[in-house]
Amino acid sequence: MNGLLGNINKGIGWENPLLRLMIGLCSALFVSVKVENGLFMGIAASFVLIMSNILVSALRKWTPDNIRIPIFLVVISVFVTIVDLTLKANFPAIYERLGVWIPLIVVNCIILGRAEAFAYRQSVLASALDGIGMGLGYTWVLLAMGFFRELFGTGKIVVFDKVWLSLGPSFLPPVFLVTFPGAFLTFGLLMGLLNKILMKVGS
Amino acid sequence: MGEIQRLGLIFIGALLVYNILLIRFIALCSFFGISNSMDTSIGMSVAVIFVMMVSSTLSWCLWKFVLAPFGIGEFLYIPVFIFVIAGFVQLEEMFIKKTAPTLYKAMGIYLPLITTNCAVLAAATEVAKPGFLKLNVAYNYTLPEAWIYTLGVAMGYSAALIIFTAIRERIDIAPVAKPLKGYPIAFITASLMSLAFTGFAGLMGL
Repeated sequence: MNGLLGNINKGIGWENPLLRLMIGLCSALFVSVKVENGLFMGIAASFVLIMSNILVSALRKWTPDNIRIPIFLVVISVFVTIVDLTLKANFPAIYERLGVWIPLIVVNCIILGRAEAFAYRQSVLASALDGIGMGLGYTWVLLAMGFFRELFGTGKIVVFDKVWLSLGPSFLPPVFLVTFPGAFLTFGLLMGLLNKILMKVGS
Repeated sequence: MGEIQRLGLIFIGALLVYNILLIRFIALCSFFGISNSMDTSIGMSVAVIFVMMVSSTLSWCLWKFVLAPFGIGEFLYIPVFIFVIAGFVQLEEMFIKKTAPTLYKAMGIYLPLITTNCAVLAAATEVAKPGFLKLNVAYNYTLPEAWIYTLGVAMGYSAALIIFTAIRERIDIAPVAKPLKGYPIAFITASLMSLAFTGFAGLMGL
């Protein structure tokens, strides 16, 4: 049982896909401009990740080794299409903002990476748990970055058209943070911070 | 606007103003993953230019002659394009392995990686379904324009990757604070490079 739960934990911490494995970065940096975007992107990617992990694992005995990558991609793209059309129909405003990143989940390295490195070799249950862990790990980093960039880049946090937290009118936000270069900088500093914490814990 | 001028604008736009790595944020995994040695970056750049040109041509033809006429493009484009790219890359790998072993040695290991290179899918989809990348100007690409656009994207990718690799090789021997060593400082470097590329915005009215 401990081993199975470990599958969840490792995605959140030591094998965090974004901060430790350094995969799936493109979408993370782009969408983390707002907390709300991070939330939806996190849910969308986690759904695809969990479902594709389950299906790849269930099909692993019938998948010929030579053409496994195209097969994984077809499995993934089915779930991506489901997410793409669902979001487009139910949350058009959010879909507009997330833009190309929903279709591009199909080539998100996290999902293909987990299919190849984990689900292709493990049982269905372990793969599902691994998907949940990786999804949570991806989502929390998105939310943390979104929180920092939205709060200090615009001076307030808006989720579902409601202001949750505001730094007041006297705060002059550095717009740099919500632009593209700001994303790289925030991510670099976040990694540095995590390294510093891990070093302290390690020693 | 003359045809040549239009092609020039598409090329400059794809190469600099909407640089796929530093402005559009696409294909960052490979950007950070393989930028630690010059040989790898050059190998990857060549492979990307080649694969991108072919897959964009294929996706353009598929959209024009199969998906659009039958009205199934809207919900089938993701599986179809990714399958074409993945299938092509796999085929390509086997073909090169059999016919040109030397080339395979130089380029072979990057080919599987390219399948998950978002830039290839993004460019292939943009030429087939203009407006996918939400550029300021919506083009309706003809085949030569699609080629020029893809070439611009691929060369923009290569240029950014090779410049970044050169900077990283220098940073490796620089005195950097311990928690920031390695990837964190690479991200901060990328931030400054991206800032520099932001300066191209508005160039020639793009």
